[in-house]
Amino acid sequence: MSNHEHYYDKAHLKGFGDIGKGAPRLAEKFFDYYSEVFKAGALTVREKSLIALAVAHAVQCPYCIDAYSADALKQGSDLEQMTEAVHVACAIRGGASLVHGMQMKEHAEKASM
Amino acid sequence: MSRPPRAQRARLAALPLDDAPHGGSFAAAAGAPLRPAALEIFQINLGKLCNMTCRHCHVDAGPDKTVENMDARTVDACLAALDKTSAGTVDLTGGAPELNANFRRLVDECGKRGKRVIDRCNLTVLLLEREKDLAGFLADRGVEIAASLPHPRRRATDAQRGDGTWEKSLRALRLLNERGYGRGAAGKVLTLISNPVGAFLPGDQGSLEREWKTALAGEGVSFDRLLCIANMPIARYLDWLEESGNLAEYMRLLLDAYNPGTLDGLMCRDTLSVSWNGALYDCDFNQMLELPAAVPGMTIFDFDPARWADRDIVTARHCYGCAAGSGSSCGGQLA
Repeated sequence: MSNHEHYYDKAHLKGFGDIGKGAPRLAEKFFDYYSEVFKAGALTVREKSLIALAVAHAVQCPYCIDAYSADALKQGSDLEQMTEAVHVACAIRGGASLVHGMQMKEHAEKASM
Repeated sequence: MSRPPRAQRARLAALPLDDAPHGGSFAAAAGAPLRPAALEIFQINLGKLCNMTCRHCHVDAGPDKTVENMDARTVDACLAALDKTSAGTVDLTGGAPELNANFRRLVDECGKRGKRVIDRCNLTVLLLEREKDLAGFLADRGVEIAASLPHPRRRATDAQRGDGTWEKSLRALRLLNERGYGRGAAGKVLTLISNPVGAFLPGDQGSLEREWKTALAGEGVSFDRLLCIANMPIARYLDWLEESGNLAEYMRLLLDAYNPGTLDGLMCRDTLSVSWNGALYDCDFNQMLELPAAVPGMTIFDFDPARWADRDIVTARHCYGCAAGSGSSCGGQLA
């Protein structure tokens, strides 16, 4: 159990299942869905793990970064592939900011002489 | 060189796992002593001589290991013992078993007996000048090749097995393909064996096999199947775990992933493991930890199948490595 001295605690990850204590039915549905998502389908297990790793960086979740750094290795990715995945997240985050610049540009151009 | 087997056993036993399920005791987790099934695999470790020095090697093998290698008399004893059993498969390992002077005779004798023969091959041995006819020798006799390749990309492969191994392994695999291996023919089975390059368990074997086939096809290489084997926390891999600060976490990983559904398929149940000097073990890992099978005094020279079939299998903490997650054996994942 966390002593609440930090907002993030590594032990939370291992104890994630306990989140079901407050709403067991919802947790069950979530975790069933979650495990189904990561099964091999049109994408391989390794590809899904790499996507999760990239998303973990985009949402800046240390729990997810911990979990999917380990899982991406386990599923057969290497450091080069994992780093490229993080760059994809980085490019989309950066690009998302920059493309909003089009809104700024329209506002600015309309308001300017 | 790794620490002596006794020190390895002591290090694993001393890990503070009292708060883990069953106190970190594999015997307690298994509940009852593991008992043998019908003997199927007669595994002979021909010795520790190898042309490579891989970082994860559980045998601590290398080019300097010129003494601990099986002699002709012990090979004869193996054949005599084999004739007393109904084992259908002879699994030759090392070191690089092909470097043993008795390897080819042993293969031929097993062939005469109609046995399925597996050569656990490091691939690079096929490129040695003195072994340039080895691929042809194996192909002519229909020997199944179980070849070590940790990863379908250069970086991880070279990190585990040494710089340049990736290129050499691909050359050797193409050589085997040219000899008919890895193209689906029954007598030319080419299996790739992957151990994780780090402190984690193998991924899903079936999914990885599909990806590897695509990836290696791009390198002009084909193979029949992929087997994923977990690293046991012993020998050089134990050293690496400790030096990299991963030992405690890796053991926790193995314990957390303990899967009782693997117990029935553990390789120790249908395998006899013979060491270079004729000593008998439940598996190659026990052999390297010098944990002899519970048949006191018996060696390959006075092998008694009835005694072998009526023993309890010797286990210790490293056995979690075979029972974690999907399980692990010389035949790949179990569950």
